[in-house]
Amino acid sequence: MISSLTAEKLALVRGDKKLFEGLSFRVRAGQALAVEGANGAGKTSLLRLLAGFLTPHVGRILVKTGDVESDEAEERGRLVGWLGHLDGLKPQLTVFEQLSFFAHLYGREADRAVLDTVGLGGARADLPCRYLSAGQKRRLALARLLTSQRPLWLLDEPFAALDTSGQGLVADLMARHCSSGGIIIAATHDPLGLGNESLKL
Amino acid sequence: MSPFATLLVRDVKLAARSGGSAALALSFFALVATLMPLGVGADLRLLARIAGGVLWVGAVLAALLSLDRLFQGDYEDGSLDLIALSPLPLELTALAKIFAHWLSTGLPLTLLSPLLALMFNLPPVPTLVLFVSLLIGTPAVSAVGAIGASLTLSLKRGGLILPLLILPLLSPAVIFGAGAVSASMDGLGAAGGLELLAAFAFGAVLLSPFATAACVRLNLGG
Repeated sequence: MISSLTAEKLALVRGDKKLFEGLSFRVRAGQALAVEGANGAGKTSLLRLLAGFLTPHVGRILVKTGDVESDEAEERGRLVGWLGHLDGLKPQLTVFEQLSFFAHLYGREADRAVLDTVGLGGARADLPCRYLSAGQKRRLALARLLTSQRPLWLLDEPFAALDTSGQGLVADLMARHCSSGGIIIAATHDPLGLGNESLKL
Repeated sequence: MSPFATLLVRDVKLAARSGGSAALALSFFALVATLMPLGVGADLRLLARIAGGVLWVGAVLAALLSLDRLFQGDYEDGSLDLIALSPLPLELTALAKIFAHWLSTGLPLTLLSPLLALMFNLPPVPTLVLFVSLLIGTPAVSAVGAIGASLTLSLKRGGLILPLLILPLLSPAVIFGAGAVSASMDGLGAAGGLELLAAFAFGAVLLSPFATAACVRLNLGG
């Protein structure tokens, strides 16, 4: 189980633009961190850095699991539950096929109950993804996140495209994840409502 | 089901449900094979002589049609991020995608080739050699193509650059494959050409996943 994630003096340059430098923070198990900032401030880039897609120009990212601390990006990636701003869904596959694909890819079993949790149970589970609304696609992405059973959630605008009940669902899932010892780092313009720390870029 | 098989089955399923890639490749291959005799004329000896080269080039170009989408769809909709974070190493991800591309494009092209060889009046033994050479060689087309597809996946018009990148790399496959058919036409053994083709395909399939994975990593960080 994950104990903490520590960023030490991170600096990131994209093209000619220095997005941030000297960025340091620590998030412990059971905590959430909201990353705030204007459009283009580097919120998504920070998440991609934490996921291991990008490499910092300066600084390092350490993840502690049990007593072992590692700065290996690939190891960190195996802990990440990713909810990007793109939904990662194929219009040709049904809702359950989509969930089943990612469940098996992550070495898990697909559970229809997860679809009930996010409001996509019953007949909706057999609907091709091309018929889903933006909010329903987001709900399916949430189901996928739950199925991955990863301890470190990196969420890019988790409330985007969701109605009020969907936003409540996300808040509830995040609270449950933190209370079970997980870590959440979310790039957002909205308050997470978890009594969390904030990081301004 | 293992993560490798899961990805392989999904890609084949997507290719089948999209309905475009395999059907488009087969139609293109059939059109090339139909137009060529119309252009060359009714010289049956000449048609049989050029059949190996024309059908090999046709098959390579037809396979290229769907190669640019090998990673691009997953890249554009964000699936590639999720696949990259899965326990499946990117090298095996690349291998699964190469295999899926071959199953949905290379194999159907190979199965169609004996039928198209009839239009070129190709005798039975060279037709068999053509079939075997495509069976051996088309995995190399998918494997080498995967390197180009992964290299150009974040480019807007990457599909246009892709042929320029990979066609020169595929020239050994065309030379050995078409050469084996020609050798068979001349009554010489086709084994030499087929063995060289097999060696090329083996090397391509073995090395391509590593190069492809490196290119995907580069693009995910871009």
